Amino acid sequence: MAATRYRAPAQGGLRIAALDDLVAIYHRASGITHLAVAPVPELMEAMAGEWRTLDALADAFGLAADERGALIERLEELVATGLVEAA
Amino acid sequence: MRHVFSVRIGPASFRVGSDWRAPVDQLRALYAGYPAPEGGIADYTVRLSATRPWRRFVRPSVAIAGDYMLPDAAPLPLAHGLLAAEMAMNLQLALGERRFLLLHAATVERDGRAIVLTGESGAGKSTLAALLSARGWRLMGDEFALLDPETGLLHAFPRLVSLKNAAIDVVRAALPDARFGPLMAGTPKGDIRHLVPGEAALAAMDQLARPVRLVFPRYGFTPDARPVGAGEAFVRLTQASTNYVALGEQGFDALTRFVRAVPAIAIDYPDAASAIAAIEAEA
Repeated sequence: MAATRYRAPAQGGLRIAALDDLVAIYHRASGITHLAVAPVPELMEAMAGEWRTLDALADAFGLAADERGALIERLEELVATGLVEAA
Repeated sequence: MRHVFSVRIGPASFRVGSDWRAPVDQLRALYAGYPAPEGGIADYTVRLSATRPWRRFVRPSVAIAGDYMLPDAAPLPLAHGLLAAEMAMNLQLALGERRFLLLHAATVERDGRAIVLTGESGAGKSTLAALLSARGWRLMGDEFALLDPETGLLHAFPRLVSLKNAAIDVVRAALPDARFGPLMAGTPKGDIRHLVPGEAALAAMDQLARPVRLVFPRYGFTPDARPVGAGEAFVRLTQASTNYVALGEQGFDALTRFVRAVPAIAIDYPDAASAIAAIEAEA
């Protein structure tokens, strides 16, 4: 079975505004505003418009094996909000 | 509708139709100094209808209606017809307006610089705006700040100022020469009396202002002031806006720009004097 892949909207699909320690993300497709903190914006950017596997994302952020659980949680949250697709 | 009244308040105009004469007569008297809608055509229509035709005579009560309606809005007794008209006018603007981002806030201005006061009902927005107007500030509005997404400037909406309970006497003492509407006792919001904005507010109702401070006042606490970050201000203002979602990306851009440009502060206050001092210290 192929590994799950994740994809965020390409750059034009989002408006992102840093507001102090929060980041406001406007999702053009749904018209919904999301509020996020690090590392969500960085994560979104790493898979903007591109399918990435969990391994590729973990590598991109230099995560150790015991940190992958947190990454999976963040990705599943983003999939639940509709900001990220999983396939 | 048997009785009709039209008025322009800043950039928004209203046509109020009523089954009864009294609310329309009261509106006409209180809005006497206001202009008529441009070209005679109002942006919003409000209807004050008898809840049942026969109830126009027996225990008359007012159901409010218009282009935008809240299905659960309870009818009010005719004695509160003026309140019903004001609520209905606010509702049309709150739900129908697309030109501006609406923030549930009072605004005062001096030298083109505007202070925006926002908070939940009871925070003291209307009271503080009225008291500041007694100290030389121009009252731009006590209910809605109208933020222009294109320019980032605020438009005035100086409707009648809705004062509740103890605030009524506080403001009457500060503005002894001002005109007030009838006292409406025992409404769902308590005792209500409307203050007619002064001549300066009406004469300048088409003058825009640049927001320079956002204030979150909170009444009933020991004096305190703390800066509010742009992120928290953004969250609180999305909740305080009636049409943020409807404006879509335009609303997002307008609000993020606003909270980045306008420093915000939360002020707790035990009495009006300390709030006024804290706000004027920010100006």
